Amino acid sequence: MRSLVILLTCAIAALTSVALNATNKALPTTLQPVSAFATIKDPKARSVALFTEAGKVIQHPRCLNCHPATERPTQTDAMRPHEPLVVRGDGGIGAAGLRCITCHHNANFDPAGVPGNPKWALAPPEMAWQGKSLGDICRQIKDPARNGGRSMAELVHHMAEDELVGWGWHPGGKRTPAPGTQAEFGALIKAWADSGANCPA
Amino acid sequence: MAYQIKVNGTDHSVDADEDTPLLWVLRDWLHLTGTKFGCGIARCGACTVHMDGQPLRSCTLPISAVGTSEITTIEAVEGPEAKAVQDAWVAHDVPQCGYCQSGQVMSAVALLREVPKPNDRDIDLAMNGNICRCATYVRIRAAIHAASEKLGG
Amino acid sequence: MGAEDITLSRRTALQGAGALVLGFLLPLKGVRAQGAARPMVTAPNAFLRIGADDSVTVLVKHIEFGQGPWTAAATIIAEELDADWAQMRAEHAPANVALYANTLMGIQATGGSSATAESYDQMRIVGAKARAMLVQAAANAWKVKPAEIRVEKGVISHAASKRQGRFGQFADAASKLPEPADVKLKDPAAFTLIGKDKSVARLDSAAKSTGKAIFTIDIHEPGMLTVVVAHPPRFGAKPASFDATDALKVKGVVAVKQIGSGFAVYAENMWAAIKGRNALKTVWDNSAAETRSSDQMFADYRALAAKPGRAVGTNKDAPEKPLPQGKLIEAEFLLPYLAHAPMEPLDGYMLWDGQTAKARFGSQLQTADQGAIGKVFGLPMEKVFIETMLAGGSFGRRAQTTAHFAVELAEVAKAIGPNKPVKLVWTREDDIKGGYYRPLFYHKFQGVVAGGKIAAWRNRVVGQSFMKGSPFESMMHDGVDPIVTEGADELLYAIGDFRCEFHYADSPITTLWWRSVGHTHTGYAVECFLDRLLQEAGQDPVQGRLALMAEKPRAAAVLKAVADLAGWKGSAAGNGRARGVAVCESFGSFVAQIAEVSIGDNEEPRVHKIWCAVDCGQTVNPDIVRAQMEGGIGYAVGHALYAEVPIVDGGAAIGNFDEYRSLRINEMPEVEVVIVPSSEKPTGVGEPGVPPTAPAIANALAHLGRERPSRLPIVRRV
Repeated sequence: MRSLVILLTCAIAALTSVALNATNKALPTTLQPVSAFATIKDPKARSVALFTEAGKVIQHPRCLNCHPATERPTQTDAMRPHEPLVVRGDGGIGAAGLRCITCHHNANFDPAGVPGNPKWALAPPEMAWQGKSLGDICRQIKDPARNGGRSMAELVHHMAEDELVGWGWHPGGKRTPAPGTQAEFGALIKAWADSGANCPA
Repeated sequence: MAYQIKVNGTDHSVDADEDTPLLWVLRDWLHLTGTKFGCGIARCGACTVHMDGQPLRSCTLPISAVGTSEITTIEAVEGPEAKAVQDAWVAHDVPQCGYCQSGQVMSAVALLREVPKPNDRDIDLAMNGNICRCATYVRIRAAIHAASEKLGG
Repeated sequence: MGAEDITLSRRTALQGAGALVLGFLLPLKGVRAQGAARPMVTAPNAFLRIGADDSVTVLVKHIEFGQGPWTAAATIIAEELDADWAQMRAEHAPANVALYANTLMGIQATGGSSATAESYDQMRIVGAKARAMLVQAAANAWKVKPAEIRVEKGVISHAASKRQGRFGQFADAASKLPEPADVKLKDPAAFTLIGKDKSVARLDSAAKSTGKAIFTIDIHEPGMLTVVVAHPPRFGAKPASFDATDALKVKGVVAVKQIGSGFAVYAENMWAAIKGRNALKTVWDNSAAETRSSDQMFADYRALAAKPGRAVGTNKDAPEKPLPQGKLIEAEFLLPYLAHAPMEPLDGYMLWDGQTAKARFGSQLQTADQGAIGKVFGLPMEKVFIETMLAGGSFGRRAQTTAHFAVELAEVAKAIGPNKPVKLVWTREDDIKGGYYRPLFYHKFQGVVAGGKIAAWRNRVVGQSFMKGSPFESMMHDGVDPIVTEGADELLYAIGDFRCEFHYADSPITTLWWRSVGHTHTGYAVECFLDRLLQEAGQDPVQGRLALMAEKPRAAAVLKAVADLAGWKGSAAGNGRARGVAVCESFGSFVAQIAEVSIGDNEEPRVHKIWCAVDCGQTVNPDIVRAQMEGGIGYAVGHALYAEVPIVDGGAAIGNFDEYRSLRINEMPEVEVVIVPSSEKPTGVGEPGVPPTAPAIANALAHLGRERPSRLPIVRRV
């Protein structure tokens, strides 16, 4: 993946360029099944490994783009700042005059490559994932104060069933889908929860 | 197939493919040509209409998704905000080529209906989805402030 | 009165596209008239229609695409006519070179920011003649002496007999009177409209604020087919063959035809045409196609610039001297292909009945388009009619040296057969990928600073010429296309040891003038490098420039004016901001700008404000001058920061506003304009606001401690 680099000059690029949200390696396309982790004897280590595998989804541009660190989402596999400038606004639905639904309708519109979903919105600030380690994201996800007040069961259900989460595997356009399937992802999250919901460091 | 849609208060039956964007239905079926084509990918805002009062890029909404929503175009936008915006557009001589201005006006009206006294940041956030290649932005900003004052915002 | 009433003193038949070289003169420095100028038509009947309702409609020979020629022409006419502004209207004149030639160019054309400059005297005379004829008609009716009649704000009156009337009641009689041979023009000191701020409002604002203004894309006629054309992905490729089986299965698609520029898909509506084109299978002949990418072209240009080129401009005939002693500064500037991307993509309507061709579109070079259409159909010029439509921007895109769009429109109509009205529409992808770009340019510089002064200046320019080999080649002299180096071959600054050379670089990638033409690249390169040398010499950017401008008083005056406006106290502005300066002369106008810049979100430069001083001679509409400066600055900021059409494997790698990033309102700087008063002849305002902006931003970045960007755009996605 190419990074968004701002070049102020070719000659001294190293001095003046800034890479933003660089995704420099190829995006994963598959998930290992839960069974692949059965050989890990230590429950804590297995739990961490399961979450790390699920992290391929959580830290995929399809998910990170709408869990931004700032009020502005990113877009594309390169995670560029969203253009036009849009913000979380009132409850994650954008600012007055330019709501998410101004452009994003109930379904992807593939002739134009514009994605859509009935629940299209930005994650709230306490659910920001960009710029955080997988361990930090893990602890955040478990914390009801930072996960929308969800119990673990509700969290598992959200990951496995939510239709906006599910959009990540059917993004349309030139977007790389999240790896694996939502069912596989849901199974990993459930297995992680069942194994103690331990987080990476 | 035939779709029933409500535009500017009138019911229309439109025989079009399900993926036909509302933009082309408005323009080529209903001959409501004030709504303009600029990019076809919701990046320029020239095609902005109101759907149930909210601004919408008509170039990426297929007719099959319009349903019972009420569509309002530049030809029929009305009310105190619309009048104030259009009066301010003329008073400030905002338009140059004018091609994007239907979309600009529709976005500005939507903004003022929700935010009667917008600050510059509110204007940036509401209006930056509307590209003006003539870069009339200085006057768009001034005209929105003027319209807001006129409305007593 | 009406245009059709006029008896032509000289009807000039043009012989089609082969005769597009028409005694052509553009107001470009170094270009001289290639043939006899046409006599200036000043007959009121050709330019005015006065209705029974007293409305005065001006038939404007220039296309209105935002730059304001409708309002300007009406202002000049109303001034001399003593009309009331409320009665003024405007519409486009028909295509008729005998009546509506650009007085500088000899063909009906809008370009070179010349609309007001070339028609100012003409419109004054038209207005004054019309006034004289109305006065004579009233005098005849009232049986009084014309000299005793007054005209004020559209009211004709005779004080002694206490009679008064309005234009409408005398218009018919006036139109039948002989045209006065000579008229006295108003003393400019008595002007009430020309040059008076807020004396008039734009004539087109209301229609453009309510969706009522009709553009070409809005045309719908019974039986009309909408057409899109599949163009080759690579520049220089040609259509070879197609398979329309799937395309014709799309509901609403009527036909697919091969034409010169590609494959035309005819449909009952735009969406069907687009879907049909998506379903079309195409084969292209790439034997003459470009294969390179932008990076390869820059490398090729850089290699070419290592060799001596052809010298132009100041000192061009003097032998090259070795560089003097001192500190040697070198720089290069790489400027990408740029699309104009007017909001309304190219489009046109055509009805060909076998005997005549009637076109309606945003024609900018009507005479050239007329000739080209005639050639496609085998019709003489007088059988080709063009109704010029309001156009959604141009920025140079609609003024085509090869009339390529008019040709495509005519071929589309011809291929489907007579009596089938067609509307040809380019999509945004057609527009961005479709070429006719601002050419890619490379500038190499060497400068020497010695004793706190600029001791030597060497500049080599490499780029394409779109004049060479075009019907406009007559603008070139001795093989030199002045557009390639305009703005770099003679400086505003007195630098004795000066040399400018150029190399042509050829490519099948089509190029064209783009708002401010050669100055788009020379303005950037020259003003950046000059600022670099002044910095090395330890001089203030404003004072250092002024010290070199002793022979350029108008340039010095705008620089002083902008420094005053901005309260210039040097480059530092505090708060993490810095200021940069640039001055350019283009199209006869002088513009100086100061940009205040910081580094903003995502490390992108943030342009907070631009102060602008302009001397464009006598102003007609000060508010339109300000609007053109504001718009020109915005156009320049957007392209300098964000815009490039990258070429990959001989074709454009991007196709829409998602990748061809356009300035948005949140990125628009505050703009403050001062118009330097002048009684010189009016000069251009549509383009001259553009050239100083990018270098002013770059120079501000340099004073923020960054390098002046050697490659544009400044924010590059790599």
